Amino acid sequence: MTATDISPRAQTTDYAIELRGISKAFGPVQANKDISIQVRRGTIHGIVGENGAGKSTLMSILYGFYRADAGEILINGQTTEIPDSQSAIRAGIGMVFQHFKLVENFSVLENVILGAEAGGMLRPSLSRARGLLKDLAREFELNVDPDAKVEDLSVGHQQRVEILKALYREADILILDEPTGVLTPSEADHLFRILRGLKDQGKTIILITHKLREIMDVTDDVSVMRRGEMVATRPTAQTSPTELAELMVGRKVLLRVEKPPARPGKIVLQVDNLRVVDSQGVERLRGISLNVRAGEILGIAGVAGNGQSELLEVLAGLRDAEGQAQLRGEDLPLAGPGAGAISRRRQGVAHVPEDRHRRGLVLRFMAWENMALGYHHDAAYNAGPLRMNNAAIMRDTEAKMQHFDVRPPDPLLQAEGFSGGNQQKLVLAREMERNPEILLVGQPTRGVDIGAIEFIHQQLIRLRDQGSAILLVSVELDEILALSDRIAVMFDGRIMGERQSDQTNAQELGLLMAGMT
Amino acid sequence: MSAKGRIPDWADVTLVPLVSVALAFMISAILIWAIGESPWEAVKLMVEGAFGSSYGWGYTLYYATNFMFTGLAVSVAFQARLFNIGGEGQALVGGLGVALVCLYIPWPHWTLALVGAMLGGAVFGALWALIPGWLQAKRGSHIVITTIMFNFIAASLLGYMLVNVLRPQGTQDPSSPRFPPETALPSLHEILALVGIPFSRVPPVNISLLIAVAMCFVVWYLLWRTRLGYQIRAFGESEPAAEYAGISPARITIYAMLISGALAGLMAVNSVMGEQQRLVLNAVEGAGFIGIAVALMGRNHPFGVFLAAILFGFLYQGGAELALWTGIPRELIVVIQALVILFTGALDNMVRIPIARLFAQARARGR
Repeated sequence: MTATDISPRAQTTDYAIELRGISKAFGPVQANKDISIQVRRGTIHGIVGENGAGKSTLMSILYGFYRADAGEILINGQTTEIPDSQSAIRAGIGMVFQHFKLVENFSVLENVILGAEAGGMLRPSLSRARGLLKDLAREFELNVDPDAKVEDLSVGHQQRVEILKALYREADILILDEPTGVLTPSEADHLFRILRGLKDQGKTIILITHKLREIMDVTDDVSVMRRGEMVATRPTAQTSPTELAELMVGRKVLLRVEKPPARPGKIVLQVDNLRVVDSQGVERLRGISLNVRAGEILGIAGVAGNGQSELLEVLAGLRDAEGQAQLRGEDLPLAGPGAGAISRRRQGVAHVPEDRHRRGLVLRFMAWENMALGYHHDAAYNAGPLRMNNAAIMRDTEAKMQHFDVRPPDPLLQAEGFSGGNQQKLVLAREMERNPEILLVGQPTRGVDIGAIEFIHQQLIRLRDQGSAILLVSVELDEILALSDRIAVMFDGRIMGERQSDQTNAQELGLLMAGMT
Repeated sequence: MSAKGRIPDWADVTLVPLVSVALAFMISAILIWAIGESPWEAVKLMVEGAFGSSYGWGYTLYYATNFMFTGLAVSVAFQARLFNIGGEGQALVGGLGVALVCLYIPWPHWTLALVGAMLGGAVFGALWALIPGWLQAKRGSHIVITTIMFNFIAASLLGYMLVNVLRPQGTQDPSSPRFPPETALPSLHEILALVGIPFSRVPPVNISLLIAVAMCFVVWYLLWRTRLGYQIRAFGESEPAAEYAGISPARITIYAMLISGALAGLMAVNSVMGEQQRLVLNAVEGAGFIGIAVALMGRNHPFGVFLAAILFGFLYQGGAELALWTGIPRELIVVIQALVILFTGALDNMVRIPIARLFAQARARGR
């Protein structure tokens, strides 16, 4: 430990957490370089940075998952060793992870006391937790049914259980890692109300995010990380999204999309009365009708889980449906033979799936192998009835990686070795470079850093201007508003309304998203 | 930026298993020492018994041939994330196919008989694997359960066929008649004699060895050069991604199981046609199960399977010698084999993570 003691601070301090000179390397990769940060007690402190900037590593050090190679941690002015998460909990630190660590088939109560049971018998802990949960629900709007099974809860409620877990362990300092990535806008607002309530009670909150709007809304201070270094800390009131974005990326970025007006052509995709009933008998699509023209972007807005995913899957040939669909005037089968993903691609329907980790990429395949995913029947990729032309795929991959600025431009690197933004560029390169009739694209910038978002948006506009039709599904209303020419809002499997994007605003769309017309 | 370092492919397939095996041998040595025998003598005896003479080599390679076929069978299925435990049964039924082809078709020459027997073994093995594969693909019956059950059914089927159909009249032995001499495969002794290399004529190693080695290459080619292999691997790595790409899970499940069963069935060419020259009750002798260990150790890669098969051939042959010449009980040989499986399979990460760390450090210094 190298103590770089600059400011001789007494025991009494305003800082709940102070990190001094924290460094951490994984092999050759310097994830954290000499990071110092001070977090004022009773504030919400945001930490922003692109994917891979080292935010999560820093928090993992604070929570005892990793040990820093150098530097020291001060909790309430006391130098504290945090070799494991138990020590972190004892020091009053609670963490809410991006991916929840809950036992799915346990009740909320059981999850809350898990690992913090008082003694060998469960009953005293359970009743203590029940009382506490009641208090917290009243105080902070943290209401969750204590006897519900976690697997039956919505994502937003599961997150509340994570927060309750931390509070049950008497955390004074709460770290939240990308908490809104999985939440609907209203759930996110609710979360922020909870956080403000906790702050008012004197808790200290560290909020890790890459969404600048959240930072501006809810934090008191904000620190920016870039490539493992802490580049700036500002009082939130004295900074702006533009400045933060520049600090994150290290250069000027366009937060708004430069978009010439659309010149819509003929109707490419026409869908009438689309219906889907899922395996549980729930009606997911209740008569969707829409059309997309060449050279325009139709945005589908809506809170996640209102049928957008099913719509994409039906159009991409991954799910059967009832109804009619026509592509360039020809019937598009929605079930049975000719409705599969392979036939769709042959007809010029390209698909950037919502979940690139699960669907869009085989993470352990190399980049070039992923470039053939879905196009493995393509004549140019094959050399004979059985053999694939690996050399041709490799050459094609190199060209496409170059064109889409995928970094590193190494076709032999496994997909999981790329950052989120570069993984998405790989998928986009695969689906867009063939100039499809229509591109179905779901959540194009989810988990993607700002620099890459800008690039991806430009590419989508470019494809539109080349005359492709684009159907864009996103839960980010800002993204829908920025990219779309027309916007359809989905709620509960129906289209609640359609608007020209230049004649509407977030408020109007928000009402439609909530099912109000 | 993950905490786990990467290991170069060559180290993944060779270094990690070698260290695991070394650890297994160390613990075996302690065991041998604990029962009052000399570990050093035991190792010497095993190595000499397996590699010290062309006689030993012959047996080692004979066993290795069996393990290559069954190891490849498990590997192909596992590339599609299907755990085919049924290699034993598929090899048994493959043996039935080989026997029927050899007994009921009058072959003029061994070359033709070999082709026919390969077809018979592969088709029978494939069909035996098809049923669990189909049940998995269409009905969702778990392949592990069904293939295990099919091992028992295969054993009963074989017992019935041998006792009631194939057994010559007047004999008590539940086995088929001897195959006609035209179906006898050339032994390694005969093959090597053509190029003037002396080799013991005793061990049963035969031309099937070359077929097994060729199959290692064929399976590699299938998996990494053909479209079917691409689809099998994509399906194995991620079913949602495969679906997205329009790869039919049901079809790939069935294809992978057919290929897997065919490879297991081919093993009978070595044991039934090459060695026994007739079909006996326990023709497979557990090689189907050893194949699981071989595939595990060989990382489901055909070249890894090749090396692992030879290692297990060595364990088999060396172990037999050990039981013959020392007071070490045969059961201990099984323990040693189990230790090898334990270390290479179950405790894989115990070796892998430190090696990954060493590589990461070496890279860091290299920069």
